[in-house]
Amino acid sequence: MFTEAIEAILVDQCTPAAIRAIENGGSPAALWRALADNGFLELMASEAAGGAGLELDAIFPIFVAFGRHALPVPAAQSIAARALLRDVAAPPGMVTLAGHARREAHGCVSAAHVAFGAIADHALANVDGALVLLDCAKAERTPTGVRGSQAAALRWPREAIGVPVGDNGSEVAVFGAALHAAAMAGAMERLFAMTLGYCNDRVQFGKAIGKFQSIQHQLSVMAEHVACAGVAAELAFEVGARIPALLAAATAKARTSASVPLVASTAHALHGAIGVTEEFDLQLYSRRLHEWRMADGSEAWWNRIVGEAVLGHGAPSVLQFVMEEIL
Amino acid sequence: MSTQLLEAFRLAQLPAEAQAFRAQVREFLATDLEPAAPALRARSWMGFDAAFSRRLAARGWVGITLPSRYGGAGLDAFRRFVLVEEMLAAGAPVAAHWIADRQSGPLINKFGTEAQKDFYLPRICRGEAFFCIGMSEPNAGSDLASVRTRATRVAGGWRLTGRKIWTTNAHRSHYMIALVRTSGAPEDRQGGLSQLIVDLSLPGIGIRPIADLTGDAHFSEVTFDDVLLGDDALIGDEGSGWMQVNAELAFERSGPERLYSSVVLLDAWMASLRKTGCSASDAALLGGFTTQLATLRSLSVAVTAKLARGESPVVEAALVKDIGTEFEQAIPAAIEAAVAADPSCAVDPELHRTLAYLSQISPTFSLRGGTREILRGMIARGLGLR
Repeated sequence: MFTEAIEAILVDQCTPAAIRAIENGGSPAALWRALADNGFLELMASEAAGGAGLELDAIFPIFVAFGRHALPVPAAQSIAARALLRDVAAPPGMVTLAGHARREAHGCVSAAHVAFGAIADHALANVDGALVLLDCAKAERTPTGVRGSQAAALRWPREAIGVPVGDNGSEVAVFGAALHAAAMAGAMERLFAMTLGYCNDRVQFGKAIGKFQSIQHQLSVMAEHVACAGVAAELAFEVGARIPALLAAATAKARTSASVPLVASTAHALHGAIGVTEEFDLQLYSRRLHEWRMADGSEAWWNRIVGEAVLGHGAPSVLQFVMEEIL
Repeated sequence: MSTQLLEAFRLAQLPAEAQAFRAQVREFLATDLEPAAPALRARSWMGFDAAFSRRLAARGWVGITLPSRYGGAGLDAFRRFVLVEEMLAAGAPVAAHWIADRQSGPLINKFGTEAQKDFYLPRICRGEAFFCIGMSEPNAGSDLASVRTRATRVAGGWRLTGRKIWTTNAHRSHYMIALVRTSGAPEDRQGGLSQLIVDLSLPGIGIRPIADLTGDAHFSEVTFDDVLLGDDALIGDEGSGWMQVNAELAFERSGPERLYSSVVLLDAWMASLRKTGCSASDAALLGGFTTQLATLRSLSVAVTAKLARGESPVVEAALVKDIGTEFEQAIPAAIEAAVAADPSCAVDPELHRTLAYLSQISPTFSLRGGTREILRGMIARGLGLR
């Protein structure tokens, strides 16, 4: 029921024109209010705190929808923050996640790549394992300089850093990875539907290009990788849990990230030159897929974490490890 | 246009009773599977051991999905998944009964007469009747509809003439279910094809094992020189061979055997890394295989859930097979590079033999049961492109 309501808001408010306007520096306030005023940021807050108390399996399709619509505001992060904060009240405004912040000399805290770091009001950060809530207005923000990107490097002076609000900082990195996995699954669904539709419509040599065997085979392989990404992302959103498990989220982020090069490049190859134009919507999703592959660690990071867990485990087979620790 | 195909792949869980069944399977394997070196276990569903198959039959697990009145285990798709998964992960030599269990038995159960079921199915379930599949011919591979082996009506039955090739374990099987032409000409394509059960001990049959590049002889060439068969050799309806063979291939493509052909090697390599320590890139490679295995197994369980609901997920199975065999082939390819990354380090000889076997045989993984090109065509049809 929440999923349908949010889908309706996204169809209405998160249009390609609205995405472009916000990416170009326009105000995200109207889109943000459409989600916040309906209480959707509180979906994972406990029922005692006035939230909906949703667990991961219920939030999964919503996070996928955010990716499918290339939502240019940190709604997934703000929803996850409520679960990570537990009994601590969330601050007003846009909250993003910084799963890999570092304490530097002189007591500063820096975070190299924060999703929505350019526009968020607060960041819930993992600082050496501590959960710290940071005011982004007090941070030095360095945008990535990538066109349309809303990510930034953030650096807070010592006086801006308050006391930790929890000791579960490491969960921020895990949840950030999981929600980006879901977002990628959604964006890949969109990219695949657009590409399949285009191949059915575009006529060359007197017939739809989707009638050519070489195109069909490329679409088949693309479908395989989109299917892998979808099911892998879902692994992080376990029934009955509120915070993703480390190895399931690692699997989700690694496998969805690994699909990105093939899925994005096939979508562009089959669209031809129109696909890389600003005015055609394909780029709204393909640019994000590349950014999200890198966000919160690529497959190179998460696969190593999984590999080290396998090596340190007593399971006699990889399959047994998978059954005991991931599935 | 259809993206519905992708909606089939939602996460599904094995039911609790299937998980409980896993413990029984492991117990059986612990006592009845003789220890073997990884290079031998890597043969997996190419490993032929009639005695092991009979022990499994004595436990009641050959003819896994066949009805109990024929001696079958009558298990659902989930428990078949678990049994197959555990046997492949252990590298059990399952080839002797494999084809009969997976496809010939279910085919006879679905299309056979009562007399055929009464004769063949109990023998299959006792591990006494091993089957092979006569599909490919010298001039009919992926283009299966162009088969030329012909059966002509004679008094009391059929006269069979022609040749099959690449038939797995024909030289060690009792029966072949052959796709043959019973009317028309090769130009008639799918029309006029039928399936016959051929007793491989009959006069006029020549079987020549074909040595492969690993030193094994897992497939053979079979010639039929005016072989006389009874009326009851026909399975199903005359002229329905094409439809039946496709139903059979759906059984063949849908199981977990399409992910696990290289896991014995993966586990042997993992064990060697635990012993000798490893680089960060080895850990990332191992982790990459682990995350891919978790993902592909989830896809396979999703297909199994559809089978268990009585659906026929032919296209979904083709999709999982195509990417599953890619995984099976990627494992030896990547481990070959990893173990020789430092030429001054010796490779454990047993690991090396396991690796070499899989590097050499893995091209067949994406041939058997339908090539990549055939499967991608099926997926494209499922996407509404054909």
